[in-house]
Amino acid sequence: MIDIVINIVLLAFLAITAIAIVRMTNLFAIIMLFGIFSFLSAGLFVVMDAVDVAFTEAAVGAGISTVLMIATIALTKVQKEKHTGKHRPWLPLAVVIITGATLVYGTLDIPAFGDPEAPAQKHVAPYYIKQSIPDTGVPNVVTAVLASYRGFDTLGEVVVVFTAGIAVLLLIGGKRTKQSAIKKEREKDDT
Amino acid sequence: MFTAAILAILVTMGLALARALMGPTVYDRIAAVNMFGTKTVLLIAIISFLSDRTDLLDIALVYALINFIGIVAVLKLVVYGNLYSSEKENPKQLNATGNDN
Repeated sequence: MIDIVINIVLLAFLAITAIAIVRMTNLFAIIMLFGIFSFLSAGLFVVMDAVDVAFTEAAVGAGISTVLMIATIALTKVQKEKHTGKHRPWLPLAVVIITGATLVYGTLDIPAFGDPEAPAQKHVAPYYIKQSIPDTGVPNVVTAVLASYRGFDTLGEVVVVFTAGIAVLLLIGGKRTKQSAIKKEREKDDT
Repeated sequence: MFTAAILAILVTMGLALARALMGPTVYDRIAAVNMFGTKTVLLIAIISFLSDRTDLLDIALVYALINFIGIVAVLKLVVYGNLYSSEKENPKQLNATGNDN
């Protein structure tokens, strides 16, 4: 009973936040609302028992992406959204409605939430549910699959992300040191 | 009792959301988001006791940490305009860009 109340209230907050994000023009407020949106969806994921997804949503959505977007605003120094006069919402609206209706139609074929007879539960899931504790000793099955059964796959992903991070730091960080060095030299020349 | 606590937290979440929507200044919105994160932590903690899965408490702790670090980074960007300077007068001082996010 209380689960239904939590779901309804959180989804209502989600809808309010989304509409407010669409209607607002103050970019800083929009980014703050993005943070709230991430926390709300993370809470919904926890209610649906998808703890791993909720964890990622909170770390990436509420943590990193908020900071990245605020940093972008600080760099570009644009605080307000600009409205161009000629904007006709009818074609995008029609595309969105048709796409949404198709997706909802597609969900009709999906088995019910938590259905034990669903094909996804019958393939390899019984093996993991039975064997993951004796094999790995990790209480959470999803964590056991990600960190133990697919350990090398996860290691590869981490290496890819790490390499990308180093590349970005080399590109951005190097440029900034040069610019500040040039500026300092100019300041010295001025004095 | 858990039900009453959850309802109270949901009401507080609604109030924080209203402040984030209306908030005239930047700091109102930041405080609202920070409070919303705290309420999410509390909600997850109560849900974990309600469904007898106390391993969710670790997730709630991590949420609290993410919330804190994120708000500190946002405040630093709002006040200084970047993530790497520690004083307003000396904005080109390069240190520890990666530690803040």
